Order: sequence, then C-alpha cells, then structure tokens
Amino acid sequence: MIDSSLMWRIAGGSGDGIDSTSQNFAKALMRAGLNVFTHRHYPSRIRGGHTYVEVRAADEPVQSRGDGFNFLLSLGDSFARNPQDEAYYGTEQVKPLVEQFDDLNEGGVILYDSGLLESEMVAETDLEERAAENNWHVYPMNLREIARDHGREVMRNTAGVGATAALLGMDTSYFESLIREAMSGDIMDANLAVLEEAYEQAAALDTDHDLRVPTGEHDSQQAMLSGSNAIAYAALDSGCRFISGYPMTPWTDVFTIMSQNLPRFGGIAEQVEDEIAAAALAIGAAHTGVKAMSGSSGGGFALMSEPLGLAEMTETPIVLVEAMRAGPSTGMPTKTEQGDLEHVLYTSQGDSCRVVVAPGNLREAYDQTRDVFRLAYDYQLPGIVLYDQKLGGEMRSVSTEFFDREPAPDPGSVISEDELADAAHDAAGKYMRYDTNGTDGVVPRSVPGQEGGRFLATGNESMEVGHISEDPDNRTAQMDRRLEKLDAIREELAEADHQTLYGPAEATHGILTWGSNQDTVFEAVDRLRADGYDVHAMGVSDLMPYPKEEVAGFLSGVEECLVVEMNATAQFRGLTQKELGRFGSTMSSLLKYDGETFEPGEIVEGFESNIDGQEPAGNVRLATGD
Amino acid sequence: MTSFSAIGADREATKEEFTPGVEPQPTWCPGCGDFAVLKALKGAMPDVGRTPEEVLLVTGIGCSGKLSSYFESYGYHSIHGRALPVARAAKLANPGLEVVAAGGDGDGYGIGGNHFMHTARENHDMTYIVFNNEIFGLTKGQTSPTSPKGHKSKTQPSGSAKAPVRPLSLALASGASYIARTAATNPRQAQEILAEAVEHDGFAHIDFLTQCPTWNKDAKEYVPYTDIQQDDEFEFDISNRKEAGEAMYEAETRLAEGEVLTGRFYERERPSYGEEKRATGEMPDDPLAERYFEDGDWERTADSLLDRHT
Repeated sequence: MIDSSLMWRIAGGSGDGIDSTSQNFAKALMRAGLNVFTHRHYPSRIRGGHTYVEVRAADEPVQSRGDGFNFLLSLGDSFARNPQDEAYYGTEQVKPLVEQFDDLNEGGVILYDSGLLESEMVAETDLEERAAENNWHVYPMNLREIARDHGREVMRNTAGVGATAALLGMDTSYFESLIREAMSGDIMDANLAVLEEAYEQAAALDTDHDLRVPTGEHDSQQAMLSGSNAIAYAALDSGCRFISGYPMTPWTDVFTIMSQNLPRFGGIAEQVEDEIAAAALAIGAAHTGVKAMSGSSGGGFALMSEPLGLAEMTETPIVLVEAMRAGPSTGMPTKTEQGDLEHVLYTSQGDSCRVVVAPGNLREAYDQTRDVFRLAYDYQLPGIVLYDQKLGGEMRSVSTEFFDREPAPDPGSVISEDELADAAHDAAGKYMRYDTNGTDGVVPRSVPGQEGGRFLATGNESMEVGHISEDPDNRTAQMDRRLEKLDAIREELAEADHQTLYGPAEATHGILTWGSNQDTVFEAVDRLRADGYDVHAMGVSDLMPYPKEEVAGFLSGVEECLVVEMNATAQFRGLTQKELGRFGSTMSSLLKYDGETFEPGEIVEGFESNIDGQEPAGNVRLATGD
Repeated sequence: MTSFSAIGADREATKEEFTPGVEPQPTWCPGCGDFAVLKALKGAMPDVGRTPEEVLLVTGIGCSGKLSSYFESYGYHSIHGRALPVARAAKLANPGLEVVAAGGDGDGYGIGGNHFMHTARENHDMTYIVFNNEIFGLTKGQTSPTSPKGHKSKTQPSGSAKAPVRPLSLALASGASYIARTAATNPRQAQEILAEAVEHDGFAHIDFLTQCPTWNKDAKEYVPYTDIQQDDEFEFDISNRKEAGEAMYEAETRLAEGEVLTGRFYERERPSYGEEKRATGEMPDDPLAERYFEDGDWERTADSLLDRHT
C-alpha cells in the first residue's frame, strides 16, 4: 500500500506549456527511479481557460491520482484576456492559483509566480487565511523575472521546475538531460540557465516544510506512456495498417498517434468527411484483406451505428475504439465519464454480435486491444475497445520489457487461393462464404482479387453465397451461426482472464467496477483493509460477451457489493443484473458523473457511507439495487 | 508470386462470365431502366479486358443496389448512401482491383451526398454509376433529390417545392475528373461510356438515366435523346471546366423541361488519390492487402516507438 507519495500539480493557462512541462517533470522522476502517474484536467478551448496536470510519484506502484495533492506550482494564466475586469468569469489571471485551494492537502506547499501574480492581486484572494487554516507553506517567487533575465519569458515553466526541484530536494540532472535531448543551441542554453538560476534562488529560500521527493530504484528500464499510446501501439503490433477517422476529443489522441506512425509502418491513415465514412472505410479496407480500425467518442460513434451493424451482418472484421467523455450530446468534451456502455453494447438495429472490452489500466489497454484484434479477425465481427478520457489521457511508467512482444499480423480466418480450389462453390462458381456449417460459426472468408473466391457480401440476410434471401429456415440458421461465434469467444475470453481480482480470494464485502476505475478501486481496497474491513474487489473488462461465471462467482461469495462506475444510471450494475438475473439485493451503486475521476478516498468514504446508511459528501451518489 | 492471381490475369473474359449461371433472376419491373445498366456493365468489362474476380462492385440500397446480385464479380451490397466510402477504401487497400460503385439518385445525391462530394474531391481511381430515375422506386414512388420541381408523391402531396439537384455540376465542382450522362434508352453509348469510365485513371461519375415505368415514366420519355458530342448546338471542349460547366447546366435544366442531353461532359487527367498519397509518402508502393498473404517482417513498436517514452 502506498503511504507516501509526491502529488505535484502544475496549473496555468491553456497555452502556458502545462502539458509538456508536466510530462518532462514526470519523466525526470521516472528516470530518477520512481513510479509515476499523471492526471490531466483541461478545458475545451485552444487557448485561455485553465489547465492543470497532476504528477504522482512514489517508490511503489502508483494506481491512481491519489487524494488531492500536496505541492502546487501555479504559473498563473499569462493568456488571460481581461485580468483587470471582474467579468463573468472573474479574475482569470489568478484562477490557476485560487481554484486549486480546495484540493490542496493540509501541510501542502504552494509555489507561485509572483512575476505574473503580483502581490496586490494575491492579497485580494483568501490565500493568507486558508494557508493559515491548513498549515500550507507558501513561496512566492518571481519566475517571470528569472525567465526573462536568463532566457525568455515563456521559460517560466522551466523556472518553476527548477524551483520545485530545490524545494523538494531533487537532483536537477534529470531535468538537464531532458532539456539537452529535446533542444539545442541558444534555446537549450537559455533553458539550462533558467533552470539553474531558479534552483539556486529557491534553495536560498528560508523554508519550513517537510515534504521531499521520495527516492526509489527501478529493476528495469522504464517508459512513460498514456492509455492512448498503449491502444495505438497494440493496434500496430496486431498488424493494423489502416485507420480512418474524424477528429473528436478524446479519441483524437489514438487517431493522431496512428496517423503519425502508420506511414512509416507501411500503412495508410485516412481523415475523412464524417464518422459514417470513417467506419465504412474501415469496413472496405478489412473486406479487401487489410487489418483496419476506426474509432471515435460518443457523438461520432453514434454516426457509426449503421456501418457497425453492416460489419456484423457481412461478417467483416473491424476494430473500433470508443473514447468516452461526459454526455449526453456534446456534454463536457474534455471531461471523463462511463456513460456510453449501453450505447456501445446495443447501438445499431437488430441483435448485437460484437466483442466489447474495457481495459482497466495501461497494461490492460495494450494486452486487451491485441486480444480484441485477434478475436475480431478470427471470428469476423466488430471488436470494440471501450475506454474513456481518463484512461486515454493518463500516463504511467511501465517496464519497457512489457512491450517486448512479437507482432501478430495474422489476418485471421481467411482462405487462400490454394484452399479455394478445393472449397465448396455453388453451381455458378461462387464461393460458399456464408455456409451454415462453419466451425464455431466461422467460415473462412475469401478476399477480392483471389481466383475462385467471388461471393456477395450484403447487409441483407443472405444464402451461403450471398444471395439475398428471406427464407425463414435460412434466416434462422444464419442468425444461429453468427451468434454461435459469441459462445466460442466467451470461452476464449475466459482463458484470456481479463477480469482482475484484487485482495484475498474470499471476503465478506466486495467492490465491483469496470474499465478505467479499476486501479483507483484497488487503492481504496488497500486502505479499507488497513482500516479493518474485510473487502476485496473485481475489475471487469469483458462486457460482450459478458463474463457470467467470473462475476457470478465473485458476487456469490460476498454479503454486500458496491458497484463503482462513472455514470448516473448505474449502467454496468444494470447489465450485470440483466446478464446474471440475480444479485439485485446484493449490489448497491457508487456513482460519479461530474466529469472528474474518482479519487480513492471517495471510494473509501462511499463504501463506509453505504455500510452506515449515510449519504456520501461531494459529487458522488449512492443508489441501491432494490 | 501474387496472392491475388485474378488481378491482371492474362486472359480474355466474355460477357457471359459476368452473368450469374444460376439464380437469382433480376426482380426489377418489366421495362425498368436498371436492366440497361446491368447489360452495359457486362458489355463494358470484357471490352476493357477485365475478368470477374478482379472486379469489386460495391452497391448501395434500393432497386439499383441489387446490381451486385445480378452481376457476376466480387460484390459488396452495403447500406444506404455508403457505397462510396466502402469502395474507396477497397481501392486504397488493393489498388489492383477494378472498383466500381453504384447506387440510385437518392443514395448518391441525397443520403450519401457528403460522400459523393468527398470521393470526387479525392479523385479515387474508380467508377461511380448513379441510377438516376428521378424517384424513390423501391419504397414506392416518393420524391427524390432529382425529382423535378412540382413533383407530386405521397410524401409531397402538394408537389415538391424544391428544384432538383444538379448532379453533373455537383460532380464537377467537387473534383470528379470524368463526368458523363447516359440513358437506358441508349445502350450503345452507355456501354462505351462505362468502358471509358473504367479505363479512366481517376474518379469517373456517370449519371445514368434509368426510367422507372412503375412510378414516373417509361422509356419513351427518354426518347429522343441528344448525344451532345453529335449535336452542332453543343460544341465545347470537354477538358475545359468552364465550357463543361455550361454544357452541364444546360443539360440539367433541359432535362426538367423534358429534353434529354447525354454524352461526355468533362474529362481531364489529374493524379488519382492513390498517386497523390504515394507522392506524400503516406501510402505504400505495393498493394497493402498483399502483405498479409506473403511472408515478410512486420515492424514492432518496441523497436521504433518506445525510445521516445523512456
């Protein structure tokens, strides 16, 4: 269990370099031997609006963003357009300072740029009063001046990092190497000078805080990646060489990574007119023999509904990724949620025949995306990786050995020209591509251009060679064959073991969750057990086909179970009840749908409130299953 | 050694090879213009040396969408309006395939209008046949995007208040590099135009007038037709977009007045999308589909992408 970690938050205006600075900061800590985890918070604007990133670092594995944070580097908002006017939004410039107070832990440290946040401005805030109440240690430093004198004003963030290092007792060599790797010439020299000057000025300050950076050591080389990286890399390692898409936050990250890398991997990326086209292009490429993917977030995925059904009916293997954000409609574009579960499971007309998997963390994102590709191409159906803004955006350190895998470019269940020569054809010479006698429902597909393989793929119900048919017996046989694939997939998924049990094998209380909350829940379990509760947890990834045996086994073993998810209508609990047909009175829900991720402390409190019959504080809700 | 030996096969195919040897028989109504498209396509393919298994025919939904059932080749009968995005990806995935997309006027100019515009813009090397019967036939006679203004139907009981889409002008503005109109009543011209379209290296759009005897008109209403290349009134350079645009405007306007002008309206070579994309280094030189069926090394992310994260 984690008992001490640095939780560093950098806050500023969008455009102040918050993202890149935080990544460098996290990477330096990783190189210094720590495990790191980042959490991004940003507005839906190009510039202006406030953004922050938290970097949590510890000697032990870091499972979540943690509760609150303990070190604030506030750069202020240098892009604020009306710093003097108390407009609707209030004083913009100082918000990256004052808006952080509610989350800053007792005894925390504040370092702010007094070059931008001048003393009169700060005096008007409640900083002094709250610092006294919470025992905060406040260090104003003129980072702007340091940056201007030794480099350029935009290097305020470098100055902030240098000062942070001094205040936390960190070695600046890791920062220096990162600067040397990323820059050259005058810019590099200036940044190094700014870093050093800020470090020295901060080291000379009279300080009274105890917080120091933890120390650690890695057994192997580490890499720091986001969930979006893991999904994209898994696609590339699965031999995916075609992506079609349309930009939409937060799916754009995967689309961008793929588009930037596919050409050098010999593949093709297409940005197209809309998401209907995006899904249809993936189908066209896959039908023609290429491993293809597309994806979107909720709104764009809604446009993919009809092509998704076409892929199910024509048995064209495609992989789609859906990066959830807060809905309905445009909702909150840059905020996280798990509100699209039912949408993704059931959208498109007719009975669903697809694989849906929601990875719980970075490693699972890589492993399970590979599994989804394999299943989609072996069983000729759509495979969907369902994730969210949280998992897509958060970065973690992981051993590089984890990615040392062999590629899996196999196109799945495909027939060769040699095999076609001996395969069943109709009297006109069409290949029996939809023969009802497939193994596990699967008939190897031929690919356009192959001699002896011609057939018709159609969104209509069809006979063995693809002729449109409304014959009732054929219809029933074809539906049964297609759905039979899900039974075989369920067995394969049971072997893939995507559901993660945490804690002891037996406990009186359970916490069930799905997708990206998994590790946050596990951190909460550590704390609850330390407080004496007999609790264990399960993180579910497989959503279709649903892992009935594993979840029923888990629920049978506990007296009560709290189901944790980020939506308002308890969609996963509803799915579980529907699939298992029981446990309605065993399960209660802990829900959050304010756009923010759960903190482990909220789950601890929610668990205790549920036992005590109390309402939890803050933006979390309890809901019973009865 | 290719894994797709039908592509570029060194043999002549006959027209009969493009006719399914057994069921299904076309379910089109007697006198339907769709028969003429089928016949012209079956005739054009041997004319330009294509064989059934190197052709991928992607269709939309409606009477026209059934073309892929009655034409012997690889077929993909997609959903309403989406034939083009399926077809163009197939062409990118395996450029050796002869890709033909087909659908009705509602399919191409209505629900799929966005794809029509963008596929023409990108100038994919493929042929797109639009069965333009100026009506929704299969759903029983509703007003379509090309129905004339004032057209009465069950869904437009007082007559359509909209002027029809101008399909040729739309294709020109969007970037198609071969644009023609032909008619079911003119089978010889139709077959020639389809053969030219298949041979054209770029996006070839054919607005194919197909009478719907059940819902709006029978064949005689497309007679007499005028071949603009044969008519002294229309002397213009089909490679000149301004002159082509004027001829198209005239043809579209006169169709609403009952005069049928057919022929080639525009033809101009410009690099196909595949060529453009290869030029920017964003498309492999060899057909991507081949790679999955041959032995060869596959790149690993661990070798090339992980360093930046350490």
